[in-house]
Amino acid sequence: MTDAAPDLDAQITRILREDRGRLLAALIRTLRDFDLAEDALQEATTRALVHWGRSGLPNNPQAWLLQVARRAAIDRIRKSKRHAAAEPEVTRLMEDDEADRAADAPEIPDERLRLIFTCCHPALEEKTRVALTLRTVGGLTTREIARAFLDKEAAMGQRLSRAKAKIGAAAIPFAVPERTEWDQRLNSVLMVIYLIFNEGWTAGPSEEPIRTGLCDEALWLARLMAQLAPEEPEIEGLLALMLIAHARHAARFDPEGALVPLDEQDRTQWDGTLIAEGLAVLDVAVARRLPGPFQLQAAISALHAQAKSPAETDWPQILLLYDRLLALSPSPIVALNRIVALAETGALTRARRELSTLSDALSGYQPFHAAVAELANRAGDKGAARSAYDKAIALSRSDAERTWLAARRDGA
Amino acid sequence: MQYLALIYAEDGAGPQPGDADFDSYLQGYMTATKTYQDAGIMRGGEALQPVETATSVRIRGGKTETIDGPFAETKERLGGYYLLDCKDLDQAIEMAALIPTAKHGTVELRPIMHVEFPDQ
Repeated sequence: MTDAAPDLDAQITRILREDRGRLLAALIRTLRDFDLAEDALQEATTRALVHWGRSGLPNNPQAWLLQVARRAAIDRIRKSKRHAAAEPEVTRLMEDDEADRAADAPEIPDERLRLIFTCCHPALEEKTRVALTLRTVGGLTTREIARAFLDKEAAMGQRLSRAKAKIGAAAIPFAVPERTEWDQRLNSVLMVIYLIFNEGWTAGPSEEPIRTGLCDEALWLARLMAQLAPEEPEIEGLLALMLIAHARHAARFDPEGALVPLDEQDRTQWDGTLIAEGLAVLDVAVARRLPGPFQLQAAISALHAQAKSPAETDWPQILLLYDRLLALSPSPIVALNRIVALAETGALTRARRELSTLSDALSGYQPFHAAVAELANRAGDKGAARSAYDKAIALSRSDAERTWLAARRDGA
Repeated sequence: MQYLALIYAEDGAGPQPGDADFDSYLQGYMTATKTYQDAGIMRGGEALQPVETATSVRIRGGKTETIDGPFAETKERLGGYYLLDCKDLDQAIEMAALIPTAKHGTVELRPIMHVEFPDQ
């Protein structure tokens, strides 16, 4: 038995890693209470360690956990509330429980789509949506999320409790949104996943592994979304975009940890398998003929990924895609990227003129100053280049970026 | 779930009496109210006199103090409210979006807390 214990631990960890979100979603659906569902599942897990250690894994560990969690929830509800007030929840739990016992092989309904939409509800602050999604759907601990976002664990814990309390008190529905709301609400989910990816993307190799691990977490969430809501081209677009970006991971930093920009990367280090998967997913999305911002961004990434060398990059096509992206979702950041593409097509003077119109909107945005510096440098305007690099360095969020920018400034 | 929709706007923002679009603004309120009534979710709602008519009351040191004016000096002032009984926050947001002032001001949705008093 003592030999089996570490193995059992690993098995339970694996079951929870794969099915925690699913079990939690099923519990929340019945309980309508995030905290109670988490506590009940936690209790079931603790009991599983004891029980399974004695009698081995049950036939259907997930169903076992769900059943024990439901009963733990019933106990907690009965203890905490006056009996009458607790009746509706208890009745629902018992009905679920009986239905499962009547079935030969109870199937746990997959309610994770509801869970994701609830966690990414626009009535919650954006950072809260990210944290709650990682906690409940992704199964990260509060401590891990705090580390990943360079936050204090206590502050992150408070943020999560406030969110769960608000979901209950304000009756944020545990539901997949109506068709009329679908596009907007789906976009909120996709933005959360993309934010998680970007947080991992900006982290340098010297930082905590949990930060760079956010890229994998985001890919996992996007794949889950693609599975739960199939035939949605924007989900596929986001997945393709992140796959292609992630393929460049190994080439993005030099051995000292400094950032290597796209045009200086060793393209043989790009992960061909990830790029191929990204391109294939993008093809499927585009064939649905419902273009959207994530598909366009993925298409731009795809053009970069397909160029054998920087010189072979199809900048006119990229500029065209940015024009469409800007028309579809106008924002100063898209405008900035479009101008960079414009400069690459050779229109340096026009690009610098257009860039100056963004200075108010993007004065606090590091890549804006880096672009100003870069184009000034190319135009031979060394003074303007150096002062813009200084601004970019001051706004930089990682050592890798700062090191790279400082080297550019010193070379200007 | 009952929600109080608190309607805030800056003084002088939005259509004013005499403006060409003031009638359609008022009409918007009538439409919203009728929608709430027809859906059976209207539990109350009124417009408030301007903030200059406000009196704030508090008790300090056992004495009642009154202040001429609102409790908080903010640019956006509370101008009215609806009390709506919705199935969830999604419906409350959809209903609040019908309030014409949302176009230039802000509607704050606050769920009502049900306080149970102990039986006497």
